[in-house]
Amino acid sequence: MTGSLAIAGIGIHPFGRNEGQSGLQMAVAAAREALADAGLSWPDIQFAVGGSDSAGKPDTMVSRLGLTGLPFTNVINGCATGGASLLTARTTIASGTHEIGLVVGFDKHARGAFDPRPEDWGLDGWYGDLGMMVTTQYFGIKIQRYMHEHGITSASLARVAAKAFRNGERNPAAWRRKPLPVDDILGSAMVADPLTQYMFCSPSAGAVALVVCHPDLVTRFPAPPVYVRAVSMRSRRFGSFEVFSPSMPVTRGPSPSQEAAQAAYAEAGIGPGEFDLVQVQDTESGAELMHLAECGLCEHGGQEELMATGATEIGGPMPVNTDGGCIASGEPIGASGLRQVYETVLQLRGQAGDRQVDGARTGFTHVYGAPGISACAVLSR
Amino acid sequence: MADLPPVAENLFSWQDGTPRLIGSACRACGTLAFPQQHSCPRCCGEDVAGTLLPAEGTLWSWTVQRFPPKSPPYAGETEFRPFAVGYVALDGGIAVQGRLTGAAAPDGYRIGMPMRLVIEPFIRRDGTAVAAYAFAPCFPGHGQAPDDHEGPAGAPGEGSAAS
Repeated sequence: MTGSLAIAGIGIHPFGRNEGQSGLQMAVAAAREALADAGLSWPDIQFAVGGSDSAGKPDTMVSRLGLTGLPFTNVINGCATGGASLLTARTTIASGTHEIGLVVGFDKHARGAFDPRPEDWGLDGWYGDLGMMVTTQYFGIKIQRYMHEHGITSASLARVAAKAFRNGERNPAAWRRKPLPVDDILGSAMVADPLTQYMFCSPSAGAVALVVCHPDLVTRFPAPPVYVRAVSMRSRRFGSFEVFSPSMPVTRGPSPSQEAAQAAYAEAGIGPGEFDLVQVQDTESGAELMHLAECGLCEHGGQEELMATGATEIGGPMPVNTDGGCIASGEPIGASGLRQVYETVLQLRGQAGDRQVDGARTGFTHVYGAPGISACAVLSR
Repeated sequence: MADLPPVAENLFSWQDGTPRLIGSACRACGTLAFPQQHSCPRCCGEDVAGTLLPAEGTLWSWTVQRFPPKSPPYAGETEFRPFAVGYVALDGGIAVQGRLTGAAAPDGYRIGMPMRLVIEPFIRRDGTAVAAYAFAPCFPGHGQAPDDHEGPAGAPGEGSAAS
């Protein structure tokens, strides 16, 4: 089993504020690194898929990479942009249309919380006028309810962030690389109760690129082959609690994360308990914990024990967000999903340096974003 | 409060002196939505009608907006005071998001608290006031006791406290 897509090359532009550089410049740098990793040049690329939320149109990269006439599809799917781009590439290759492509994601955001416009999200102006068009509120409200139902403590939330900064310290491409004690995280400014400043990721800048190919071709490339065994994407169903929702049904339904994860496990024939490492969307600490359960990787409420025993640390039975996740890397919306894939490929190749998970053979990635979308992937050596 | 212009049309109205949110109900499956929409998010049907939502419920979850939201889109006063936001589960199976107000502000709320709809002035940064909806706890000493509100919320003649 090799799945229907393979990774031939990877490139990253370090995440951070990256003052003085445009998102497109970072994307071009990541693309050149991925091409070099694969031993290819731009004219070898038959198609491209690119995603960015706020840093310009990805297909304009051709003016810097070269005007080869290739089809270049732009993707905008919020925080699931990277997953949607990978899915688009998989479909293109599985259909037999092309054999070698580039998938790129990048972004650059202003300081502070995002300032989405209600009209872009199908909402009327009053919702923003009254101060409810704020993503941090959603995460505070969701984890507050989850803690009430499942007995998760603030200490566990802080441990998630502490782990992120520790992993970030070992990742040269991360932004926040200074370990922080749990008490400092708990004691930092409250942002959206019960979530504090250091439990949240911050909008940032960065870029990731992948050279993807048909699985039959991957052994021709210099790097150890990594296969994408499954890619899935889902939008929300009635009953899932989502950001920017003036109302919702009281009775809960399945979340898009739950459904996307199950679809990926079914396609890959690999599921919970079989992954050597896992990357899940950690917009804030609570999101990492809730997404682990939504993806079926632990029981609801079981996160307390996972965090108390260090089970999700590098070296634990289920390492989670080994590169520091969004909390240590920040959130360039278009790049984060592919960052997870980049990290997983590095780990499966055995090239993750100080943060290498010993003998990693299989990995899982999960992104989630507004207005209720999720994309997941399963990768293996 | 009824004399201030509303923050938006078709968001709430008054019935017997009590404010009520205007939602929509699917004629096929009964699903409620707020604000009013022209199709059903559950069964995908397009046969929906406007309805007044129950004025009371319980707090499903909440948080506090501790920093000034970026403006735009936020239209509130420049001098920022933290405010709570939450979802109140109303009878009929719908939970509505709103600012939380009343004696528990800004961070004394608890999941499960009985809450009721209120209309209060919202001061825009240009100094003008509009009428906006919010939810306030209804417990003894701060409005009417929850026990005063037994029975199906939204039943005709129900005596909810007008703000």
